[in-house]
Amino acid sequence: MTWLRDWMMGPQASTLAPNIDNLFMFISAVNTFFFVLIVGLILVFVKKYRRRSPNEITPHITHNQTLEIIWSVLPLFILIGIFFWGFHGYVVAQISPANSIEIQVTAKKWVWQFEYPDGMRTLNDIHVPVNRPVRLVMNSEDVIHSFFVPAFRIKKDVLPNRYTEAWFHATRPGVYQVLCTEYCGKGHSDMLAKIHVDDDATYQKWLVEGDEEMKKMPLKELGQLVYENKGCATCHSLDGTRGQGPTWKGVFGQTRQFADGSSAVADENYIRESVLDPQKHIVQGYEPIMPTYQGLMRPRELLGAIEYIKSLK
Amino acid sequence: MADVHAHHAPGEHYLNSPKGLKSWLLTVDHKRIGVMYLWSVLAAFFLGGIMALLVRIELLSPKQTIMTAEAYNQVFTLHGAIMVFLFIIPSVPAALGNFVLPLMLGAKDVAFPRLNLVSLYLYWVGAAMALTTIFFGGIDTGWTFYTPYSTSTGGAVGLVALAVFVAGFSSIFTGVNFIATIHKLRAPGQGWFQLPLFVWSMYATALIQVMATPVLGITVLLLFMERLFHVGIFDPALGGDPVLFQHFFWFYSHPAVYIMIVPGFAIISEIIPVFSKKTIFGYRAIAFSSIAIAIVGFLVWGHHMFISGQSTLAGAIFSFLTFLVAIPSAVKVFNWLATMYRGSIDLKAPMLYAISFLMLFSIGGLTGIYLGALAVDIHLHDTYFIVAHFHYVMMGGTVIAFLGGLHYWWPKMFGRMYNERLAQIGCALVFIGFNVTFFTQFLLGTRGMPRRYYNYLPQFQELHQISTVGSWILGAGLFLTAAYLLATFRKPMDAEMNPWGGKTLEWEAQSPPITQNFDFDPVLKHGPYDYRPERPKLDEPVHHG
Repeated sequence: MTWLRDWMMGPQASTLAPNIDNLFMFISAVNTFFFVLIVGLILVFVKKYRRRSPNEITPHITHNQTLEIIWSVLPLFILIGIFFWGFHGYVVAQISPANSIEIQVTAKKWVWQFEYPDGMRTLNDIHVPVNRPVRLVMNSEDVIHSFFVPAFRIKKDVLPNRYTEAWFHATRPGVYQVLCTEYCGKGHSDMLAKIHVDDDATYQKWLVEGDEEMKKMPLKELGQLVYENKGCATCHSLDGTRGQGPTWKGVFGQTRQFADGSSAVADENYIRESVLDPQKHIVQGYEPIMPTYQGLMRPRELLGAIEYIKSLK
Repeated sequence: MADVHAHHAPGEHYLNSPKGLKSWLLTVDHKRIGVMYLWSVLAAFFLGGIMALLVRIELLSPKQTIMTAEAYNQVFTLHGAIMVFLFIIPSVPAALGNFVLPLMLGAKDVAFPRLNLVSLYLYWVGAAMALTTIFFGGIDTGWTFYTPYSTSTGGAVGLVALAVFVAGFSSIFTGVNFIATIHKLRAPGQGWFQLPLFVWSMYATALIQVMATPVLGITVLLLFMERLFHVGIFDPALGGDPVLFQHFFWFYSHPAVYIMIVPGFAIISEIIPVFSKKTIFGYRAIAFSSIAIAIVGFLVWGHHMFISGQSTLAGAIFSFLTFLVAIPSAVKVFNWLATMYRGSIDLKAPMLYAISFLMLFSIGGLTGIYLGALAVDIHLHDTYFIVAHFHYVMMGGTVIAFLGGLHYWWPKMFGRMYNERLAQIGCALVFIGFNVTFFTQFLLGTRGMPRRYYNYLPQFQELHQISTVGSWILGAGLFLTAAYLLATFRKPMDAEMNPWGGKTLEWEAQSPPITQNFDFDPVLKHGPYDYRPERPKLDEPVHHG
């Protein structure tokens, strides 16, 4: 029956899929039985009891209590069984494993935006490792959308006023389709994304080297993306105003006065040090509050940030 | 019975006396109101059907085939809204029921004849408002009007909301009228268990109409106010909750599913005994299962929202109740089958429709089990599987039953017989076309094709094309049906009083009936499905169980 299942449901690519498909096939078997029974009885009755003369006399059968109890109670037991099976599968699909990789999903007309724990953002395209649970925390910026991955058998509405979550544990490397399944207007049917399930080595490489698009991006643009996505913007302004940290405007090439009395010219190495070891030199008048970005930025992202700062005259 | 025509000129009946447009527009005769409702809902069926054919043609290929994405979204929205609110909901109760129900009770009219006419006028006003939206920017929300899409999109959503509000009252008025009529206007000797099962089902339907429709009214009114005055109930930007709208909407719209299907049961419960020439099996089980469905049907709305983010516990409760409500429907199917057992089965057009109903509704009901099972619903929700499922219930169930009822009561309503051969061909085309159109959609759904998609992935094209070809066969069957039914008006009235050998009271009125329905005071002499040659005496209970 595997061929029939695959023909109907398509490939299975997550740990949730087999249970859902097994229940689907079980219901199919029950339904086939009852449907064949109903149609069979109709055909037999129509053939056997077809009217042959207008004066035929039929027996006056008003009811049969035993029969009626059997055909009410027996289906009820089957349905209660199906209920528990379905409930169990549903609960499993609601609760993500504790060791899941977490990805933030933001839906808006008509794109899917993904954000990794390290701040990397991608559009309509994500990479995940095979055999690791992934938890999606989802939110919408406008109307209701719905995140559907047929091969994983997962689907969850994405709402504008609260977070919803879904999770999957991919079992096979490959590229899987994401579709929007809550009607959201003109571009609804084009609101698609792809999930790349990579083996561990490919995934690690991708994590280090980043998104194809980011690889091609000029350094300055990449730096701007880093500024926006990695939290720099919270403390460092671009227009010279004072924030929690010094502004980035015109900082490159300046001589910086530090809290311990020393000073240095802000060159590439100074910026690198400020990012990776921010506590080493605190600029005079500021609190030592910046966290280190050691391990949170790819080498090229750091270069990008430096180029970006250089450009802010 | 000998003096049936005594006080009336021969050839005088409700259709021709009195004459004139004014006498129709100001009539309080339930039969005339029923007939005007009938032509109105058939016009809506035609419009909604044309839109369905357009949707199917557009889906012949991904991307643009004949229209833009904006146009497609409007067409499928209007298809759904017209079919649900202007065709299916009033089709059986307001059109056929209005005509038949008082006759079945041996009554002269419904309890509130003027309210009945108001109901028709409200339906017309609602329909006119809904259709004028085409000229005011249209509506592209889907018939479900989910917020916040519906509060933020352009077009005439507010006008449609008001149209639904108005049409809702026409439905409530019909329901109130039927409840009062059934309670107060039964013929002498006609106790509750001597009522035709059609009447029981109409009673159950009327209860749902009266209790659920006000919630729809409130919901669409809030939607209207949200759009116009930004009151902030559903729109998250104003602090509202869009999922609350779904709760409100389905609190009506799930019971509305039963407003649509229970009248289908009503017709099937009449046709099967008559064309099997045998008493109905399990009268009380069928009667009470309609009431059970009406009650439990109020408690399952959350099964439309298993993946909306509602709590797991709520999902579990709604799933369980959904399975419970499946039982009364299954019981009915078994009862109808048992009625055919050892019957004298006559495969005339109404019976062919009833048998089609049994098969198609079974598929509709059985596929509901997949959707009620929480884990499986995750995969199937909002895909073509659900589209196929509800078309099997709404069209394969209610519309097929409506067509069966139309063929069954056509000679009574208009005094004319249609061409039986053409009717059988029409029924076969509808049956085949329907299955080709919608069975393919189950497969589209299990393979992950989402609904309401203008564009789609290339692997789905083949199934979409088969489905579209099916819609042409279905359309051909329906056009053929319309043609031979309308052709009956070209010939003189030829229908007998009781062409099928029915035992219910409407068959004791002439075809077509006189304005007062009966020339005598009908008294119930036997049960509605009593085919015994030697019947028990009047005071003996006819049914027990």
